[in-house]
Amino acid sequence: MHEKRKKLQTMRALILVGGYGTRLRPLTLSRPKPLVEFANKPILLHQIEALVQTNVTEVILAVSYRAQQMEEELVHEAKKLGVRLIFSHEPEPLGTAGPLALAREYLCASDDPFFVLNSDIICEFPFKQLLEFHENHGKEGTIVVTKVEEPSKYGVVVYEEDGKIQSFVEKPQEFISNKINAGMYILNPSVLNRIELKPTSIEKEVFPNMAQDGELYALELPGFWMDVGQPKDFLTGKYLHIMIFSILYICIYTYMRMSMYLTSLRQKHPEQLHSGPGIVGNVLIDPTATIGKDCRIGPNVTIGPGATLADGCCIKRSTILKAAVIKEHAWLDGQVLIVSKYVNSCIVGWRSVVGRWVRMEGTTVLGEDVIVKDELYINGGQVLPHKSISTSVPEPQIIM
Amino acid sequence: MLKAVILIGGPLKGTRFRPLSLDIPKPLFPVAGLPMIQHHIEACTKVSGLNEVLIIGAYPKNDLAQFVQEMSSTYGIVIRYLQEFTPLGTAGGMYHFRDQIRSGSPTYFFVMNGDVCADFPLQEMVEFHSSKQALLTIMATEATRQQSLNYGCMVLRKEGEVAHYVEKPSTFVSTLINCGIYLASPEIFQTMADVFHANQQQDHIMQLCYNGRDPAHIAFEQDILTRLAGSGRLFALPVFRWWSQVKTAGSAIYANRHYLALYKQKQPDRLASTNKNYCHIIGDVYIHPSASVHPTSVVRGINCPNVSIGPGTMIEPGVRIREAIVLGKAHIQAHSLILHSIVGTGTSVGEWSRVEGTPCDPNPNKPFAKMENLPLFNINGKLNPSITILGTSVSLAAEKILLNSIVLPHKELTRNYKNEIIL
Repeated sequence: MHEKRKKLQTMRALILVGGYGTRLRPLTLSRPKPLVEFANKPILLHQIEALVQTNVTEVILAVSYRAQQMEEELVHEAKKLGVRLIFSHEPEPLGTAGPLALAREYLCASDDPFFVLNSDIICEFPFKQLLEFHENHGKEGTIVVTKVEEPSKYGVVVYEEDGKIQSFVEKPQEFISNKINAGMYILNPSVLNRIELKPTSIEKEVFPNMAQDGELYALELPGFWMDVGQPKDFLTGKYLHIMIFSILYICIYTYMRMSMYLTSLRQKHPEQLHSGPGIVGNVLIDPTATIGKDCRIGPNVTIGPGATLADGCCIKRSTILKAAVIKEHAWLDGQVLIVSKYVNSCIVGWRSVVGRWVRMEGTTVLGEDVIVKDELYINGGQVLPHKSISTSVPEPQIIM
Repeated sequence: MLKAVILIGGPLKGTRFRPLSLDIPKPLFPVAGLPMIQHHIEACTKVSGLNEVLIIGAYPKNDLAQFVQEMSSTYGIVIRYLQEFTPLGTAGGMYHFRDQIRSGSPTYFFVMNGDVCADFPLQEMVEFHSSKQALLTIMATEATRQQSLNYGCMVLRKEGEVAHYVEKPSTFVSTLINCGIYLASPEIFQTMADVFHANQQQDHIMQLCYNGRDPAHIAFEQDILTRLAGSGRLFALPVFRWWSQVKTAGSAIYANRHYLALYKQKQPDRLASTNKNYCHIIGDVYIHPSASVHPTSVVRGINCPNVSIGPGTMIEPGVRIREAIVLGKAHIQAHSLILHSIVGTGTSVGEWSRVEGTPCDPNPNKPFAKMENLPLFNINGKLNPSITILGTSVSLAAEKILLNSIVLPHKELTRNYKNEIIL
């Protein structure tokens, strides 16, 4: 009986795509955030693929801007995956709960629970476990929680041993829990009765009520988790300074945990990683990229489709996006020490060209179609799209 | 018969040329592949009737012995080194060795400062000097109003006669400056003798307030030129060809570029060419023959305007060198980049490393501008950006950057350095 029910299920998911992605500038000046590639795949596609593996057949994207570009680029991929994409346009920003009310007709088409996730998240998505756990406790909702080192910077979740959530505490001054909301949920359609069609926060207005009614459970997320849009861990020290002076700061956060992602890929799908002479550590290279002779690549490098590395390049801790060109003997290293952690932060944007003998280091991010002339030194330069750089940038700076 | 005297000073001079002058006497520092004063000697050998060059300085004889021997055999003229044991000033040394200079009765003799470099107009000076019946002819050139204050300035009457001469004035006198290259008639020693005796006498009177200077000290500029100005026997030949002092290491790169350009005009076979050296050459480049024939040297892919590469140096594939001097036995590893820098003897630069300095060329937008020769530190105590200098036997690790820094000999560098002096 139980088996039969499962087969009839139409699993749905709603992804909160949301805003302008200003924190991913200058890359998001050219592409909507969910389409910016992480490890050679649009962030959104990482999520959709994981959902499809959990038998999700209908994905609702709650979007508020640049929906057309997303539709054009994703429809093809969705077809390949055999998933139906529905675009739910917000006429005005509706927060994190409002979009659910807007998509009510799709989410209430059956009694089956549906997934909700923020588009900023990349992790080892535990959708199967989540569904199982949710069905076992039989209540209205389950949220995924993850462990953090410094809970005082977040809102923490306090729950019982069986997962039943007692309360949410914003920025606890004394230790009460080290689990935070990871931005992934499974909810029954009945939750929609708690949400009105107006700008509402699901975390602050909906979940606390559900917890009070004993209808909300927590499941701890194993493996790695990253919220590419919320780099709270790093809002301290040196980086705070860079952020104050930079309006385009966050772009790098997407990529600084590349090493974590690649390490997890090494464990699960080592065949997807590149190996061979000149390759050091975890390196992901698209099959359509061209790599010259005598290059040294890695660790923690991803090279996108159609990208070209000429002879004698050395690339470390960097992301080379689609169709970018790195000319002969260039040297790139995105190693930066942030709060005593080394992170990856050199990004070469789509179709950008890095000249011969160029040295790029630090939090250097080139937007789309940027040209860096031969022999220059770029240290922490953040360059807006379509610029041509002809003098060195020896100290961190934004080039408008 | 003509002679030439090259004044090279001593190891206590030329301190602004450190750290390069720590291992090699500054006059022997190679510019465009040749020791700095070999350019003087070579210019002398082109003057008809000149068959003896005397080098006067305070360096130990051994420092120059090999060089002197090589020069004699290369050019087939008499070359001798005369060592001063006490600093006697620019003219004091010459006066001390006057018998050596006068022996053989030369009609005239050149006096050349070792720390200048130029497209020397020696033959023209001979013709000018003899037509004027001059006692002394100064090679002169134009400078900017502001920069003229750092040089000897002179005012000419018609016919090139010097009416007034003042060394490094504190207010503007003239834009016509002394290049430190002279042609003298032997009677100049009479003028020196007058100064010498006057000094001796003064010294006798002022014995109680002895000022520490040797009584035989004679400064050519202050004591001789100033005295002769207005006498009708001091002349100057203004020349507008390239000329520069070589005071700082930065000026060596500037001099290197101009000597290479002169090779192109006069001895193009000295320059490296793409075919001959199995590497891609852009612009004027000097590569010592033993650098390119080193058995393990693969100079393919090197590509380097205004560059001189010393003997036995090995350049690996994929290296880019521009506006730089690489001395002998250096090892420049693959994919590295060297810009506006001097790489010392036996120094090694790791692969994918970047050695970069800031050029200190004269302002190209001002006519007659000279090298600025900025002090090491600015008024705020910060290092003025300059060329990068790697002393002898320095090793720079792979993938590092060395920017506007000066590295003293025998250092091992394993991190990045920017705007530092590494002791």
